[in-house]
Amino acid sequence: MTDTASPQTFSSTGRDTFVGTPRSRIDGPAKVTGLAKYAGEFAAPDLTYGAVVSSSIAKGRIAAIDSAAAEAVPGVLKVITHENRPRTAWRDKNFQDAVAPPGSPFRALYDDLIVFSGQPVALVVAEDFEAARYAASLVQVRYEAQEPVTDLKAARGDAYDPPTKREGIKPPPAPWGDADQAFGTAPIRVQGGYTLANEHHNPMEPHATTVVVEEDGTYTVYDKIQGVSNSHQYLVNVFGLKPDQVRVLNPYLGGGFGSGLRPQYQAFLAMLAAQELKRSVRVTLTRDQMWSFTYRGEALQTIALGAEPDGTLTALRHDAVQGTSTFEDYQEVIVNWSGVLYRCDNVALTYRIAKLDTATPGDMRAPGAVTGVFAIETAMDELAYATGMDPIALRLKNYAESDATAKGKPFGSKALKSCFTQGAERFGWAKRNPEPRSMREGRELVGWGMATGIWEAMMMPSSAIATLTPDGRLTVGNSTGDIGTGTYTILTQIAADTLGLPMESVTTKLGDTRLPEAPVAGGSWTAASSGTAVMKACRNVGAQVFKLARAMENSPLANVDFDRAVFADGRISVAGDPSRSVSLVEVLQAAGVDKVEAVEQAGPDKDFNQKYEAYTHSAIFVEVKVDEELGQVRVTRVVSAIAAGKVLNPKTARSQILGGVVMGIGSALEEESMLDHRIGRFMNHNLGEYHVPVNADIYDIDVIFVDEEDKANPLGVKGLGEIGIVGTAAAITNAVFHATGRRVRDLPITIDKLL
Amino acid sequence: MNRFDYVRAGTVAEAVQAFGVGARFIAGGTNLIDLMKYEVEKPGRLIDITRLPLDRIEDHAGGLRIGALATNAKVAYDDRVAERYPLLRNAILAGASAQLRNAASTGGNLLQRTRCYYFYDVATPCNKREPGSGCTAIGGMNRIHAIFGTSDKCIATHPSDMCIALAALEATVQVSGPQGERSIPFAEFHRLPGDTPETDTNLAPGEIIVAVDLPESRFPQHFTYLKLRDRLSYAFALVSVAAGLELDGDTVKTARLALGGVAHKPWRNREAEAMLEGKPATRESFQAAADLIVAEAKPQSENGFKIDLARRAIVRGLEQAAAGTPQSLSDKRIQ
Repeated sequence: MTDTASPQTFSSTGRDTFVGTPRSRIDGPAKVTGLAKYAGEFAAPDLTYGAVVSSSIAKGRIAAIDSAAAEAVPGVLKVITHENRPRTAWRDKNFQDAVAPPGSPFRALYDDLIVFSGQPVALVVAEDFEAARYAASLVQVRYEAQEPVTDLKAARGDAYDPPTKREGIKPPPAPWGDADQAFGTAPIRVQGGYTLANEHHNPMEPHATTVVVEEDGTYTVYDKIQGVSNSHQYLVNVFGLKPDQVRVLNPYLGGGFGSGLRPQYQAFLAMLAAQELKRSVRVTLTRDQMWSFTYRGEALQTIALGAEPDGTLTALRHDAVQGTSTFEDYQEVIVNWSGVLYRCDNVALTYRIAKLDTATPGDMRAPGAVTGVFAIETAMDELAYATGMDPIALRLKNYAESDATAKGKPFGSKALKSCFTQGAERFGWAKRNPEPRSMREGRELVGWGMATGIWEAMMMPSSAIATLTPDGRLTVGNSTGDIGTGTYTILTQIAADTLGLPMESVTTKLGDTRLPEAPVAGGSWTAASSGTAVMKACRNVGAQVFKLARAMENSPLANVDFDRAVFADGRISVAGDPSRSVSLVEVLQAAGVDKVEAVEQAGPDKDFNQKYEAYTHSAIFVEVKVDEELGQVRVTRVVSAIAAGKVLNPKTARSQILGGVVMGIGSALEEESMLDHRIGRFMNHNLGEYHVPVNADIYDIDVIFVDEEDKANPLGVKGLGEIGIVGTAAAITNAVFHATGRRVRDLPITIDKLL
Repeated sequence: MNRFDYVRAGTVAEAVQAFGVGARFIAGGTNLIDLMKYEVEKPGRLIDITRLPLDRIEDHAGGLRIGALATNAKVAYDDRVAERYPLLRNAILAGASAQLRNAASTGGNLLQRTRCYYFYDVATPCNKREPGSGCTAIGGMNRIHAIFGTSDKCIATHPSDMCIALAALEATVQVSGPQGERSIPFAEFHRLPGDTPETDTNLAPGEIIVAVDLPESRFPQHFTYLKLRDRLSYAFALVSVAAGLELDGDTVKTARLALGGVAHKPWRNREAEAMLEGKPATRESFQAAADLIVAEAKPQSENGFKIDLARRAIVRGLEQAAAGTPQSLSDKRIQ
């Protein structure tokens, strides 16, 4: 596939003007000047404020709620609890949003049962924020507490294979060969347990919803969500509204990382209060309440690898147990990656979940892959030492040319070998002495480690609109969100190239349910999905304009076929005869139309998907320096070489990978939500004590995009949102081993683990 | 956050006068406002002292007098502090962020409250927040908690970096209150939790810090502030070491050592300091002092590593001080 493909372009000129070039994000000025508004910043003339009261216990029931003191605070309009809440839908299916896992979704204020710590138990609505928040502190809740189970190690005995599989999440494939038997007889064996701590997404922007009650009784909802269609569907279903009674907007997102995929309880509460009071309501969660819903659940993983002395894998077993809530069966892909990455004749992959008294875990940047690839890529490093092979050589020895987890289907493209070669070259890997503790600078041990990263390249059904007006402006858009990734910018580039306009003439609109429907922004599928839809809509507009141009009096394009039309510099011209041309503006003016518009749909290429499997890959090289005596680790150098198809915008693409790598460093060294199992509560619920990397933690990060041709979609893109984080933690643990001779299998690697 | 009265004091006397049950003085507010948002502090009255003329730094009795309202940034970037008390400067700059240091005051820094998770979370019992309710940190998430001077009522640590340096520098706290003015030696300013962990310091109700006095400079060459934490900046210390040495050739003439992140107050061990004096400034001497100090450490369920970490950090800190190579603030490599 990769050898025969011709360069991908989609502009009718046969070359891209803006796509593929580094462009600053067009939403940048709005964001740095404060003009960009977020869900909790939109105002309304009669706006009221809701403050959430959170449960202090993890399991049990509410015996009594006394809200008299809260209600007595001047300005308080209503204290809503399970005892007086307005009626809503009650069936599970009404609460199941577009990405909900199987189960019975959480319903705030539904009844007296407490199923996780921090669960909302009341909403205080007041005329001003201060009164709401103060009154919330006065609500007295008496609980009958039961002992919660939040320790996955204690619950693993009750782990089960989820009976209903989560849509879009591939369960582990059936085993092939006999992994246990092969492991038992393998001359070289590596076996270990690996854990990644519970992590919370912690976007800078807290979750917030502003519900504006319009004069006609409809609702305009500003919701922190990674795709407004999901909130819209949820609110319509839960509150029994007609679709046109609710408009949901979210033009900007202050970080999501997956925490904004599902509508969260603040959206439900804000709408509940707005309906009840017939007033506009804003509910913004506090930072500590950001620990009261979705999180990346820790997983207990074991890996067993058997190999021949030459490094050939003969047995691969990867088992994972992960927590879920008591009410939903959250699932992610943790173990499959091992079977995709390496060729092996005897493979067993299992994934089970166990119920915990926590909120339902959720997708967090590269869900499952961060967890599973950390384990397999650390284990592969252990195998490299066990066989005395270079870690890259070992990976090449077992390099998969097809996807064994998908009945051996070939990959649409896989330029991972280029990632190894170019990453190693840039990093200087050849100079590595593999002996642990062999490299030293003063009091610091120096370690070099590497790992592979992998993520699915997905595309989702998506639609988009394009509108060209006689002033020469093109407006494109759909309902998906730009979650800080650069979606506004790449869609503008694509639209400009498709119709041969300058980027300045294009306006991209996102995050509004009045725009054509597109899925939530997640899974790294937005560039492919929305990008293709925008391109198709623009092409349709081009075809319409071309038709109008041909119909013009004395048209320079008379008798020209559309496939000879070239869109460039704001004009349509004839291929090979640039003297025959007409400007788009002239065409629309001559035709007397006020606009030319098209809505188009794009979706996965079924033929392609039947033949091929699609993944992004990466090779990450890391240098750490470890103070031998004091255990302080510094990640002084990272090279991340990425194979992700076509790069639409090298600047925003690089930023995506930088962010992923930084988050990977956090995952490896710092991030850990600490659960006190006695009370089932995350205790370090603030940004002072839940550590994410700060500037001082970050040194040189070098990003390489290797050439990779892919034809899964017309753009040739695979997506970049997740691949930067995957494998980074393993590269760090491997570098720490090389530096210190200590193999840390439990993340994060804090000082205490290296003393 | 509760509703409160707000008064602004024009003089120290006015501020003291305005004090009463449930009142709090507020200066930079970098800790108090957080605590109010978390409902940990619910003052009925805030007495704004930011207009008091207490922000000067001046020469005093051979040392330096730092006004209680001098911001952390002002102190850290004062030339006299940098020349004569670089240990103080380094400790201040090892803490918080530039924005916080611009707002936080010297007096407020002394009165920072612990970062114990349970203290901050009103959903959990805490003797420091609610006397008699119990200590949830004992047997809980206590990786960051104290190893020295704990009680069965409280295992919290004092969070300040600046105070660790002030302890090693043997500063004096000048206070003014209903009973007039008095001086409190730094070692007696903070207290151990004992049976009354709700009380962090020996300040009497209504007393206000007006200045911190530094004695004559003794450690402009041989000092360090070494801070070990869970990330390379903007985190509270797991263990920190403020060390000042006076050397006579290779012999230790004077040693002052204070530890942060390990106790309810800046932790000093005078026996260990005395033991170092007259000894060669070698790793062996430093190890002996470190061993003596950690001998009385008591681990909790999750913080046993701090004992070993403290021992190693003391040795490294004393090595840095002896060599005249204090821990750099910008280069995160540990010297």
